[in-house]
Amino acid sequence: MAFAPINKNYHDFFVVRDKEACINCQVCVRQCSYGVHYWDEARQCVRHDNTKCIGCHRCEALCPTQALLIQEKPSTFKPNALWRPVFIKNIYKQADSGGVLLAGMGSPVDIPVYWDKMLLDASQVTNPSIDPLREPMELRTFLGAKPNALQFEQTDQGPKVKTEMKPNIKLNTPIMFSAMSFGSINFNLHVAMARAATELGTFYNTGEGGLHHSLYQYGANTIVQVASGRFGVHRDYLNAGGAIEIKIGQGAKPGIGGHLPGEKINAKVSETRMVPLGSDAISPAPHHDIYSIEDLHQLIFALKEASAYRVPVSVKIAAVHNVAAIASGIVRAGADIVTIDGVRGGTGAAPAMIRDNVGIPIELALASVDQRLRDEGIRNQASIVAAGGTRCSADVVKAIALGADAVYIATAALLSVGCTLCARCYTGKCPWGIATNDPYLAKRQNPDIAAKKMVNLVRAWSHEIEEMLGGMGLNSIESLRGNRDKLRAVGLNSVELDTLGVKAAGR
Amino acid sequence: MKKIYPNKEVCIGCHLCEVACVTAHSKTKDTILAHNVEKAQEGLAPRRNVAQDGPICVALSCRHCEEPMCVAACISGALTKNPETGRCEYNEEQCVGCWSCLMACPFGSIRRHPFKEKIVKCDMCAGRDTPACVEACPNAGLVFEDRGKD
Ligand code: SF4
Ligand code: SF4
Ligand code: SF4
Ligand code: SF4
Repeated sequence: MAFAPINKNYHDFFVVRDKEACINCQVCVRQCSYGVHYWDEARQCVRHDNTKCIGCHRCEALCPTQALLIQEKPSTFKPNALWRPVFIKNIYKQADSGGVLLAGMGSPVDIPVYWDKMLLDASQVTNPSIDPLREPMELRTFLGAKPNALQFEQTDQGPKVKTEMKPNIKLNTPIMFSAMSFGSINFNLHVAMARAATELGTFYNTGEGGLHHSLYQYGANTIVQVASGRFGVHRDYLNAGGAIEIKIGQGAKPGIGGHLPGEKINAKVSETRMVPLGSDAISPAPHHDIYSIEDLHQLIFALKEASAYRVPVSVKIAAVHNVAAIASGIVRAGADIVTIDGVRGGTGAAPAMIRDNVGIPIELALASVDQRLRDEGIRNQASIVAAGGTRCSADVVKAIALGADAVYIATAALLSVGCTLCARCYTGKCPWGIATNDPYLAKRQNPDIAAKKMVNLVRAWSHEIEEMLGGMGLNSIESLRGNRDKLRAVGLNSVELDTLGVKAAGR
Repeated sequence: MKKIYPNKEVCIGCHLCEVACVTAHSKTKDTILAHNVEKAQEGLAPRRNVAQDGPICVALSCRHCEEPMCVAACISGALTKNPETGRCEYNEEQCVGCWSCLMACPFGSIRRHPFKEKIVKCDMCAGRDTPACVEACPNAGLVFEDRGKD
């Protein structure tokens, strides 16, 4: 539209409408939650205001005549290697608003992706590959502390394991759905995740938003999270899940607390989180009862006590400097699972500067944690779960070869139900009906369809993992764990190779 | 007998079912021509209507009732119930535009043709396996299934 304020004209996207193909059905008008398309009464046709488009592609996907194309605005500033457009536009925005720049999803910044610099091994003549369609393949994974050694005793029924086993959770595939709270995503998707995890025989994580009573039926496949805000945490909640996770940090925003704006707190969210309707739910950056490993130890055992030592307790931290030492402390404090969330983890809302500049890549964090726990002889005392930017089944396989027991996926799960990574989750207007509790938008996620898509995604990845294992001549995921000899790196320097514990390709 | 059932819990009010309906009932079967030419020239209109009130939307059309009021009310025999297919059929030739059916239908599923003195009504896409609206719906807001008597 004409006469937009100066800085609004530096918008990122614009709409190309094929006038020949447009039938003026107004589907785009109804689908755009940013009010870009509108019915022009005077001209009797659908028109649009480019300045408002955030590039979610919802209109493009639903237009019945493929009349729409959403493009990046091609106008460029004078090329400048230092002052890239993103920095220029951010300054214009902040000069107008005086505020912190917010962003959603994971960081889009060009930090090296080590997954892409590692290649898998494949069997040739000396050891044969295995055909996963004909031979059994074992993806089953147990998370939790394992004993140092096994002791047996003779009974009348034959020999029996005498060693007392710590509680473990059983996954049919080493992929779980990562923490996404009810509130940050809506109820339809929580139902879908719960159902998908149950059908797949894996786990989903409630995030810090509590667990709605109607989802207690999926408890056996639920990891209940305890975050600094303690939202929705009570005895029944702790006992509803198959595992408990203490969230210390999150990859997308290490050292930053959570904030669910009041507009997202509807009746159901308020009931589940135990916060007043419409009030902001703020989880502080620190847990106000944890200032040391000893404090963490107390909380871990308080939670174990509350759940009668039936379920493993996980501690989730963001991948940051000295992560290996921190993880060692966490295991010594009694955690059964350590979850590490890398710099590319997603979020509903984070200050953009934090999201893009704090943390370290999960690949490096994972390798150093696994190595440290091995060196200290305590690797068996806890499982390692890697999270933050897993894009495909090969990433999962590489993560396991680097030492993970399992991975968490979240962004990939949201992509499977339509998310286009527009990164405007914090606005509450998610056009794909994901990061929103607006009842009109949330309906865009039919729980039946969403659950099916999530199941399909994990099934597909699991098949691919079996193929890759077979190609390496392995028939179980157990044989791959921490097996870094199955990886070779290309284009990395010796420090990176050393941190990853991976040989250069050709060696 | 299979029927079309709307589900207001997941209907997102996109109106794609109407677009599909118009296309399916056009001469050209071409979405663009159907909407930009046939609609203007011949008054081609959807037989299904999406009703919306805030977040609540639902796509409504003829229920193809067991004992249709419209058939009982029709003075010219243009509306008949086909016991074989369960469809409540309409023969445009015979319609005299008296609007008796329009007043009789408890669901408001019959509309006036925009140009002719005739009615427009859902035929459950006679000749197709799955009605066009059901096929086009992106969110399973319409399902085509046999739920026995209702
Ligand atoms: S959805 Fe497509 S065809 Fe319909 S009005 Fe918008 S651009 Fe035109
Ligand atoms: S629906 Fe999304 S991509 Fe389409 S105009 Fe609106 S904001 Fe832009
Ligand atoms: S969840 Fe929604 S708002 Fe967030 S990136 Fe995906 S599509 Fe955009
Ligand atoms: S196409 Fe489906 S979701 Fe869209 S308005 Fe029709 S019934 Fe509702």
